[in-house]
Amino acid sequence: MEYFIQQLINGVTLGSIYGLIAIGYTMVYGIIGMINFAHGDIFMVGAFVSLIIFVALGLAGVTFVPLAFAIVLIVAIVITSVYGWTVERLAYRPLRGSFRLAPLISAIGMSIFLQNFVQLAQGARVKPMPPMITGGFTFLEGSDFSITLSWMQIIIVSLTVVLMAGFALLIARTPLGRAQRACEQDRTMAALLGVNVDRTISLTFVMGAALAAVAGMMFLLYYGVIDFYIGFLAGIKAFTAAVLGGIGSLPGAMLGGLLIGLIETFWSAYFTIEYKDVAAFSILVLALIFRPYGLLGKPEIEKV
Amino acid sequence: MMNFKTLASAAMLLGALGIGSAQAEIRIATAGPMTGQYASFGQQMKAGAEQAVADINAKGGVLGQKLVLEIGDDACDPKQAVAVANQMVNKGVVFMAGHFCSGSSIPASKVYEEEGVVMISPASTNPKLTDEGGDLVFRVCGRDDQQGMVAGKFLAEKFKGKNIAIIHDKTAYGKGLADETRKYLRKFGSKEKMYEAITAGEKDYSALVSKLKRNKIDVLYLGGYHTEAGLIIRQMRQQGMDTVLVSGDALVTDEFWSITGKDGEGTLMTFSPDPRKNPDAAPVVKEFRAKGIEPEGYVLYTYGAIQAWAQAAEQAGSTDVNKVTKALHSGKFDTVLGKIGFDNKGDVTAPGYVFYVWKDGKYDYYKD
Repeated sequence: MEYFIQQLINGVTLGSIYGLIAIGYTMVYGIIGMINFAHGDIFMVGAFVSLIIFVALGLAGVTFVPLAFAIVLIVAIVITSVYGWTVERLAYRPLRGSFRLAPLISAIGMSIFLQNFVQLAQGARVKPMPPMITGGFTFLEGSDFSITLSWMQIIIVSLTVVLMAGFALLIARTPLGRAQRACEQDRTMAALLGVNVDRTISLTFVMGAALAAVAGMMFLLYYGVIDFYIGFLAGIKAFTAAVLGGIGSLPGAMLGGLLIGLIETFWSAYFTIEYKDVAAFSILVLALIFRPYGLLGKPEIEKV
Repeated sequence: MMNFKTLASAAMLLGALGIGSAQAEIRIATAGPMTGQYASFGQQMKAGAEQAVADINAKGGVLGQKLVLEIGDDACDPKQAVAVANQMVNKGVVFMAGHFCSGSSIPASKVYEEEGVVMISPASTNPKLTDEGGDLVFRVCGRDDQQGMVAGKFLAEKFKGKNIAIIHDKTAYGKGLADETRKYLRKFGSKEKMYEAITAGEKDYSALVSKLKRNKIDVLYLGGYHTEAGLIIRQMRQQGMDTVLVSGDALVTDEFWSITGKDGEGTLMTFSPDPRKNPDAAPVVKEFRAKGIEPEGYVLYTYGAIQAWAQAAEQAGSTDVNKVTKALHSGKFDTVLGKIGFDNKGDVTAPGYVFYVWKDGKYDYYKD
């Protein structure tokens, strides 16, 4: 039982990181119906920006952890958002209105560009960071199996829940959210009714990049090692999570992320670790056979 | 028309230059992971090769001709390794001091075999490389069956009655080494409690760590590279485990310590005897340090591989593949690795493996 709880903690933490990245995929897909393959790399850029600011703050003598944490969070979100905005402006907006596959190819190109850019600018070696937020709770100490729950894990899960709720509210209640939903339903009609479609889409990319920045920073703090390639693997998993949950659905992305994280962890815990990806993707296949639009996705109704 | 004439004469001039330079120099190459997550090893190889070429050229080159070094980047990816191998062949390289990862060296060796390029790997330890490779394939490092025997025996004797886990990263090197170690662990009368495979390049090993914890693993043997080793150690300490990690020669880079920090204290690994401690290598080591390069890990192995080839070419009196191969098989060579020779398969006849321990950011011989 203790073992089960420990693995549950591991799985929920991993799933939260996947979920945070998956939200970025799902928001963009929901609004312009395009898979933003560069999103995983925006997440990687977020992790690098966080590391650079942490180092800069360390040099400047800011050693009070909560303060450093807050500064890094804000600055990383701002800089990474600029990346997200620029990618949209340069690679996707000029292709809007052309055939469906054009922005997809452009997204893959952007992903390769960002990876190589970071590799050249920051070097190919892995970048380690000493643990900043250490400690946590240990339950059942001295018994057969003690459960550990670190502060980092608590921060990651609670931050994910808060952000998730915040973005759900933003989309449901604010004028920006209304504009986003309008663009999702019918871009031409929304434009005719006075919604600034280009601006709304730009803001969606900025929001996605901001979430990726948070995920990148959490990744850096939790694992302590990053390289220019982390966006690829994390991006694939998060994309899978978004599809499993129903691409276009915000709670779906979160649910999908948690499910992938939990399946991987529990498969590793009770069966062989070697086949954990096989297990996760088999569940994806099964889920899509019975629910082609994902667990929480809504089927697209073809209007005649 | 005048343009055509100038162009033509320029082309002829260039052609003449090309032939001229081809006669005055010999192209050799090194290839390894210059980028990617194992880039620190690529940098070791590059440093060793550049220094070796500079030193040999300073003494007049090989057969009176200057050596020119080409550097290839295979990122430890088998597909890219084959592409790099073809590229090097097209550049007219006669000798390859590479590759690094066994997974790259094995497919690349087939290309060199076909095209007639001598290959001496400074680092690929998978037995298949020379067992299945032809006459042109050599290595100056040990083999994983030697390494696995040393590790398996050590685990069985030193950790008698303790819970041992063996994991590998599914690569040619990692799985090969882990399986050899397991074989010898059993031969010496012990048995592992857990045997698992992980995916290289991932960052989350918390599920694995909890599993190790439940099985009360005292010592973990990893067939894999330093990035995974570092992450697993960090995550073990986070979950309050003090399990000792034992691994192979892929941990000989200070990047391992920069990932683990003081959590890496006491980590054990097998590696060939440190060539830095070889008195013959002292002047070369000094030269490296004067340049601010610490000749750790595979720096001197790459250096030694090039020395061995250069001496073989001198003995053969030619850079012809067959003559050099024959000289390599029969001769003895004075290198920074000591006096070395090669057996029929192309494996080095130098001493095998010893245990090292990581302490305060450095590795040194392990003493009981």
